[in-house]
Amino acid sequence: MLQFTLRRFLLALPVLFAVIFITFVLARVIPGDPCRAILGEKATQAVCEQFIRDFGLDEPIPVQFALYLGQILRGDLGDSIRFGRPITLMLAERLPLTTELGISAMILAILMGIPAGILSALRRNSAIDVTTMIGANVGVSMPIFFLGLLLIYFFAVILRDTPFALPPSGRLSPGVSPTPFYDVWEWGITRESPNFTFYKYIASHYMFNALITGNFATLWDAIKHMILPAVALSTIPLSIIARMTRSSMLEVLDKEYVRTAYAKGLENRTVIIRHAFRSALLPVVTITGLQLGGVLGGAVLTETIFGLSGVGLSLYEAITSRDFPVIQGFTLVITVIYVFFNLVVDLSYAYLDPRVRLN
Amino acid sequence: MQFMEAQSDPPYRPAPTQIEETPVEVPWRTTLRRLFRQRSAVVGMIILGIIISLAILAPVLTEYEPTTSLIGAEGHEGIARRAKPCIHLLGCPEDQPQHLMGLDGNSRDVFSRILHGARTSLMVGILVVSLSVTIGTVLGALAGYMGGWVDNLIMRLMDMLLAFPSLLLAIAITFVLGSGLFNAMLAISLVSIPSYARVVRASVLATRSLDYVEAAHSLGASHWRILFYQILPNAITPLIVQATLGIGVAIIDAAALSFLGLGAQEPTPEWGTMLGRERGQIFSAPHLVLFPGFAIAITVLAFNLLGDGLRDVLDPRLNRSDRSK
Repeated sequence: MLQFTLRRFLLALPVLFAVIFITFVLARVIPGDPCRAILGEKATQAVCEQFIRDFGLDEPIPVQFALYLGQILRGDLGDSIRFGRPITLMLAERLPLTTELGISAMILAILMGIPAGILSALRRNSAIDVTTMIGANVGVSMPIFFLGLLLIYFFAVILRDTPFALPPSGRLSPGVSPTPFYDVWEWGITRESPNFTFYKYIASHYMFNALITGNFATLWDAIKHMILPAVALSTIPLSIIARMTRSSMLEVLDKEYVRTAYAKGLENRTVIIRHAFRSALLPVVTITGLQLGGVLGGAVLTETIFGLSGVGLSLYEAITSRDFPVIQGFTLVITVIYVFFNLVVDLSYAYLDPRVRLN
Repeated sequence: MQFMEAQSDPPYRPAPTQIEETPVEVPWRTTLRRLFRQRSAVVGMIILGIIISLAILAPVLTEYEPTTSLIGAEGHEGIARRAKPCIHLLGCPEDQPQHLMGLDGNSRDVFSRILHGARTSLMVGILVVSLSVTIGTVLGALAGYMGGWVDNLIMRLMDMLLAFPSLLLAIAITFVLGSGLFNAMLAISLVSIPSYARVVRASVLATRSLDYVEAAHSLGASHWRILFYQILPNAITPLIVQATLGIGVAIIDAAALSFLGLGAQEPTPEWGTMLGRERGQIFSAPHLVLFPGFAIAITVLAFNLLGDGLRDVLDPRLNRSDRSK
């Protein structure tokens, strides 16, 4: 297992390097003048020349790339051209939202998709099965941005003055304050403190922050704001996971060792959970891992619709304003997370199925 | 004379038996028959048939142009922007002009834009998939057949494409190429290539070492001939399934890019663009959001149902018990 892990890890490194390179090239190749796009149309030639010198854009491309690589290895992602702020700080502020959104969506997808798939498989061709599969088919066909708007329409407009109303945008209601844990516990952390970025990053996970400081009003508010975006984002993975679980369970339930288990007199529940489900789980794990890319991409659309300033929306805004340090930095981080998670899925697949690692 | 007559009797032949005509089982006819027995596939095909008919008959079905604003047009003097649907059969007063799906922010007929948008979306889906399938097949066949460093190189390239979340990569590429429907289609095609390349490669690997391929090789058939006539036909089945499902994905991705302003530009009628422009009106004029959105969902659903049905019918690996869906 260790050998397998090491080998997989080493294989991921060239992919990471290629990702850094491709992102660098793409960011440089975007047409248009970055100076005028950021400083405005009225920027003079002298100002633009200074701008280009400041950001090292006049160096030859290979030099720029080498400098960039060195920077990354030191943990410095550069500064945003548009905002003049360190990109790591911007990430610390925005990544938590995308993380919370992504995790909420995947948890929803797994917690609802797998049981739905198992139930459908066990009650094949019943009303539950047919309904679930029709729902899954529809779920897979719905564009996220339309589903989000539908949810907003239903919960924020139609159910407006009812107790079931849900807020259509933002992370917290106006007036609700997410006091960081280091302020609540009076740790004396300020902007000038050495690891401020790290503490800020943790505190920006509003739900987690509210949970550990016992601020349940804020926690509930944050959850209410997260429900609609998470449901919108989870629909496609949920549908795919449900369908895969169903077909995988059906295949396994037909197998002879399951029949043997029943013949031995084991209880229905034991057969299903201990014998059938474990084997059926393998393709589901793969599929779940594959959904992560869709979740990361779908986050852009979800954040746009629900007005959440996460990494996805910021990346999109950076692309349209040609802020390429931000484009490079954010894309790099998102892709590294994606590569890392694919690695974890590969490893868990190998752990669950000995045939893979002994191949 | 009798002797001569006896000699000229024809030799004994048993009476000819009735030769029963067994119908020749042509593979694709069987497949089609099984496809038509699949409920979900039939539903998908019906919906698709309706959508394609509506797209083709678009200019006939509506008197309004999709890109012409109706401000100041005759009969539309008092009409407001973003007017709600007015259907005479459902009670809308006769003196108001009939607009089955209302008017949009530029006072254009939404029904006309939806119908013409069907043309755009179907065209996008088919073109994107055609391009991806062609390039993916070439790469997958080369990788699978030649093996070695060629296989390694091509698969690493595919891995690099797959290392990025696909929508993000499509957004970045579209922005590099410039906004527009054509560039959006190129970007989505590029991002979709790896899945087809993998399917073809897997097929080629599976059939490459079979006996009849070796036989053809021994008989002196060239590599190209073997590839085209022996090996690739086996890849067609999974490709058809993947491509049908891929059309739905392409339509959604193109709509997503248009929604973000990177795909189809005004005044081209495209469902995603319509959603993107009017999403702020979800509270005041929901019809502008609901119609394009449901149009996308129904079209993609049709392709998904058809693709699922094709998969159930065409995949020989399946001795699945859920075939009787």
